Amino acid sequence: MKTLFSLILSLALGSTAALAESDNKYGGENRGKPVLPSQSNHLWKQECGSCHMAFAPGLLPAASWRKVMSGLDKHFGADASLTPEENREITAFLVSNASNRWRAPTAPLRITETAWFQHKHRELAPAIWKRATVKGPANCAACHPGADQGDFNEHRVRIPR
Amino acid sequence: MNRISLLLAATAVLTIASPSALAAQPGSALLDTYHAAAMKEEPGFRDFSARRGEQFFHAKHGDTSCASCHTDNPKAGGKHAKTGKAIEPLAPVANAKRLSDAAKVEKWFKRNCNDVLQRACTAREKGDFVAWLVSVK
Repeated sequence: MKTLFSLILSLALGSTAALAESDNKYGGENRGKPVLPSQSNHLWKQECGSCHMAFAPGLLPAASWRKVMSGLDKHFGADASLTPEENREITAFLVSNASNRWRAPTAPLRITETAWFQHKHRELAPAIWKRATVKGPANCAACHPGADQGDFNEHRVRIPR
Repeated sequence: MNRISLLLAATAVLTIASPSALAAQPGSALLDTYHAAAMKEEPGFRDFSARRGEQFFHAKHGDTSCASCHTDNPKAGGKHAKTGKAIEPLAPVANAKRLSDAAKVEKWFKRNCNDVLQRACTAREKGDFVAWLVSVK
């Protein structure tokens, strides 16, 4: 009922197109803007960045981060457990800076499973991911030099040979 | 009794607060902790062995060993078997930060023992390993 009302309201205001686009982009699985807040978190950077790059909070929705952070003892096949205090601080940072454009009821664990990620990388040949210089789709910085600063701008992409 | 415990406390404070003492013997506080724990775990326990620690490091458990990520040389940098992320050398002689933070050491023993051995490491295993690392010149 509420949705219908807002639809009528936006129709009246002539902004249906804009509303529909922002809500349904990538089926509602859109990354946040920005992906990394200007105020970063030291513990997040240090702990999440010790085995892989620290993935920016805006790349996933809050529900995904809650799932990830509650299963760290079995984190993609590895024990990545933290102390309860560390876990609390990092979860708070991830959840409060999670994607602000996610509308779908989904909560994937892998960034590579999100609709926005797959759409953005759809033109890449699978062989590129397998290059020794790339090491797979989780290694953002291989092609996005500013990935750790949250810079995924298409114009600065450099795919290594 | 009171005077003795005061003296003990003062010694402990001095040991913790003195960076030169820590720099001279990396891992010595850790070894003390693991020694006390090993005495509790094994009634007949005497002392750690660097040689056993070295064997432990290289021992294969299925396909993996500690060396899978850290390489066979504790003075060399390694890389994460899955992500490829660089790992700094383990031996304090090659990396002064190693063994300087007890909580960090315990955090990584917990994680890596679970991943490689599918169980927690014993105090003896931890102590042997630390004894070997500090013996590497």
